[in-house]
Amino acid sequence: MMAQPFFELWVYLAATPLARLTLTLVMYAAGWWCYVRTGMHPLANPVLIAVALIVAALVLTDTTYKTYFDGAQFVHFLLGPAVVGLAVPLAREWDSVRRLAVPIAGALAVGSAVALVSAVGIGYALGASPATLLSLAPKSVTAPIAMGIAEKLRGLPALAAVFAVTTGILGAALGKYVLDACRVRDWRARGFALGLAAHGIGTARAFQVNADAGAFAGLAFALHGLLAAILFPLGYWALRGAS
Amino acid sequence: MSPLLAGFTWLLLFQCAGEALVRLAGWPVPGPVAGMALLFFALLVRRSPPESLSVAADGLARHLSLLFVPAGVGVMLHVARVADEWLPIVVALTVSTVLAIAATALTFQWLARRQEGSESEQRG
Repeated sequence: MMAQPFFELWVYLAATPLARLTLTLVMYAAGWWCYVRTGMHPLANPVLIAVALIVAALVLTDTTYKTYFDGAQFVHFLLGPAVVGLAVPLAREWDSVRRLAVPIAGALAVGSAVALVSAVGIGYALGASPATLLSLAPKSVTAPIAMGIAEKLRGLPALAAVFAVTTGILGAALGKYVLDACRVRDWRARGFALGLAAHGIGTARAFQVNADAGAFAGLAFALHGLLAAILFPLGYWALRGAS
Repeated sequence: MSPLLAGFTWLLLFQCAGEALVRLAGWPVPGPVAGMALLFFALLVRRSPPESLSVAADGLARHLSLLFVPAGVGVMLHVARVADEWLPIVVALTVSTVLAIAATALTFQWLARRQEGSESEQRG
């Protein structure tokens, strides 16, 4: 008796973006709950937990990614204004940026070169395909910018976004251990490294740990995104022109 | 208009301006990045960000990790490729992230100490 109205409700919900948007926020809330319950343990990353739960739910209900994204795009869309908003911490910190111009420029140049060369070099040495290598190149840059770069390089934008998100989760999860092992205690250096190597997810982690670290993470995240968005296409053109 | 709504409107306006600029000029830069640069220059001229923009930008920044969830679920689309090439992908992502964090933090700390050391020498 009850099955028919429930079936109709399911058909209705499955056809609207509402269910997938709600799923995204509920699973993120579950991930956040786990993260807080473990005392913000770096390995209990809320993005990782949310992605795993959502993938499991989609596979169980036989929903395609395209259908899921119809609802989730409302969340994804906010990445655009969030990237524009990075100008605000950058402008707010401008005095300390100018004062620390040398360490910032040096760390930005060394860090972005190490991230790019080591990812592509290791991938190449272990036999990754060209499309995978091109999608690995921008992996330390935030997902929307990495997708734009991968598109220009003729890599796979969706794969580049996955690599960027994975890198962000890895950086947020492992950053504390790497920085402790390197004996870096300066919060500005710790934050800058997380924002550069692990973009927005590393920045979110840095803000949760220390306000100074968060500000410098946001700075590195913004500068790295800007630098990569300008240099990647120029470098690609130069290489293509030379060959 | 509430500060949050006003700030969010400004962010969208600058994103539109950024998109228009890169499309008209034919630059290979993502629109939001151009929007960020435009907003940054506008804020430098104005000296300090208005309250509304701070509210909207900080609100988005606090929940930044949520915004990456839909892109992360995209791993579903590439299960076959990731399964075929899991070794280079996992090793490249992990090792390069660890190296990038260490190299960035050590460079920053070394240069900041050198600079602050020479500044205190001058003062002393």
